[in-house]
Amino acid sequence: MKVRQISVFLENRKGRLYEVCSLLGEAEINIRALTIAETESFGVLRMVVNKPAAAIDLFRKHHITANLTDVVAVEVPDKPGGLAEVLKVLSNENMNVEYMYGFVEKFSEKALLVFRFDDPERACKVLASAGINVVGEKEILSL
Amino acid sequence: MEVRYWNQHLETLPQSELRQLQLERLREVVGYALQTPFYQKRLKKAGIVSPEDIRSLEDLKKIPFTVKDDLRQAFPKGLLAVEMDKVVRIHSSSGTTGVPTVIYYTADDLDRWTDLLARSIVATGVGPGDVFQNMMSYGLFTGGLGLHYGAERVGLTVIPVGGGNTQRQIQIMRDFRTTVLHITPSYLLHIHQRLPEFHLTPADLNLKKAWMGSEPHSENTRLKLQNLFGIDIYNSYGLSEMNGPGVAFECVYKNDMHVWEDGYLIEIINPQTGEPAEEGQEGEVVFTNLIRHAMPLLRYRTRDLAFLHPEPCPCGRTSRRMSRITGRTDDMLIINGVNVFPSQIEEVLMSIPEVGTNYQIHLSRHEGLDRLTVKVELYSKLFTGDLSHLESLKTRINDKLRASITINSRIELHEPGSLPAFEGKAKRVVDEREKL
Repeated sequence: MKVRQISVFLENRKGRLYEVCSLLGEAEINIRALTIAETESFGVLRMVVNKPAAAIDLFRKHHITANLTDVVAVEVPDKPGGLAEVLKVLSNENMNVEYMYGFVEKFSEKALLVFRFDDPERACKVLASAGINVVGEKEILSL
Repeated sequence: MEVRYWNQHLETLPQSELRQLQLERLREVVGYALQTPFYQKRLKKAGIVSPEDIRSLEDLKKIPFTVKDDLRQAFPKGLLAVEMDKVVRIHSSSGTTGVPTVIYYTADDLDRWTDLLARSIVATGVGPGDVFQNMMSYGLFTGGLGLHYGAERVGLTVIPVGGGNTQRQIQIMRDFRTTVLHITPSYLLHIHQRLPEFHLTPADLNLKKAWMGSEPHSENTRLKLQNLFGIDIYNSYGLSEMNGPGVAFECVYKNDMHVWEDGYLIEIINPQTGEPAEEGQEGEVVFTNLIRHAMPLLRYRTRDLAFLHPEPCPCGRTSRRMSRITGRTDDMLIINGVNVFPSQIEEVLMSIPEVGTNYQIHLSRHEGLDRLTVKVELYSKLFTGDLSHLESLKTRINDKLRASITINSRIELHEPGSLPAFEGKAKRVVDEREKL
């Protein structure tokens, strides 16, 4: 039930994010979720797109440093305490969240969040057994 | 102007007697050199099998030059002329290609070196009653310990602070009424900039003089710093191959540095041909150490460019004076007084798999201190997408660099292909520091 995330290494340079996003636009690749982790001199752009394999090929062709990372897309109740419920399940199982971010649009009545874990396989099992819906790549791609 | 001597006899020796003394000492060190595996082979090839084969100073020219790389090839003991139990001190410098160079001293070697430092100190008009704060690094670098022992011999009050920690330096200058410093020009400038933080001006201090070394600097920098502090500043020259500091030192006239020719035989050569440069012309400085027996070095090419003043100095000393260092014959960088070769940096970078092939060495100056920034391109196949990997990569690069070049650098990660690429000879060093 894992989802492929694309991570792109970006220098802090004017217009660089624009260049990367416009490449995706021209290739009709749609960004579903994204976040940027930044430091003083560089950043890592993380995103879930509708055509991950095509996106990676496109970046490699343009000598943009990128790679695929497995993440887990989780449905979270869109109400106060919704995220806390999910995190409680993970905390009880000693699962550490490396980072997380939200989807642009809703998949159902619930919010959709991307989680990165050390061990995504185990995270999927833990979440599913607690009755939390883990959304697969197929469903995401159909968004 | 009052001129003081440490050893008036030797310092004012007539030229002919000075040359005779040099010849005797050259024979002596050739005798020691013949005890080393390195020189035995070399000198034999040149037809020198005993000290008597040196009949005049002209015969010096029969001896081939020694270069830095010879020291590395001979590492660790190829140039050692005495038994290890006679060696009382070792100094060492980081190696340009991983192999360090090492210098050995006997107790007598240290005694002779210290005496030349005492002479240097007295030549600048400093003596007992002066409080000397040594801001050069102690340790394997010769700059700290060299002046330290020279100053004790003269009878100064020595405060062995070593380099760095500006707050402490300033407090000590204030509390102990320091009168003389041994310091690099960039650090002296930095101290000036920091004084206001302590509500001090140079007039609140008791500084009178400073010996400035380790970094090339211009006459303008000297004048500027003299004016900022209201002190006299004397230029000094040395290198560990010639024991350390005190190879050449300015006297109270401050008109370039007296080479202590009874200790170090100087030649100025054309770096391309190896032939002697015209009198008074700039060339590469070549030294023969006449006073170190544990590790003789004959005709050592320093790669420093300078010239000799032929005319005598009003101080009455007969040793010739050497100009400031006007340049280098190689690409050595001096960063906060530390010698760094770009090849050392390249060697480290290329040993790290995540680093691509292109890099840039960037030098700038902030608040009087040099800053080294190493810009590297990430090797895209080893990009994991993980930010913490990138952060730890930066730390790892800096740690490995520091192990080689001994100083810290700022590491910048760049996208592959983003740093300037070169056809032919790459220009990887960008030095934006103002000329001192």
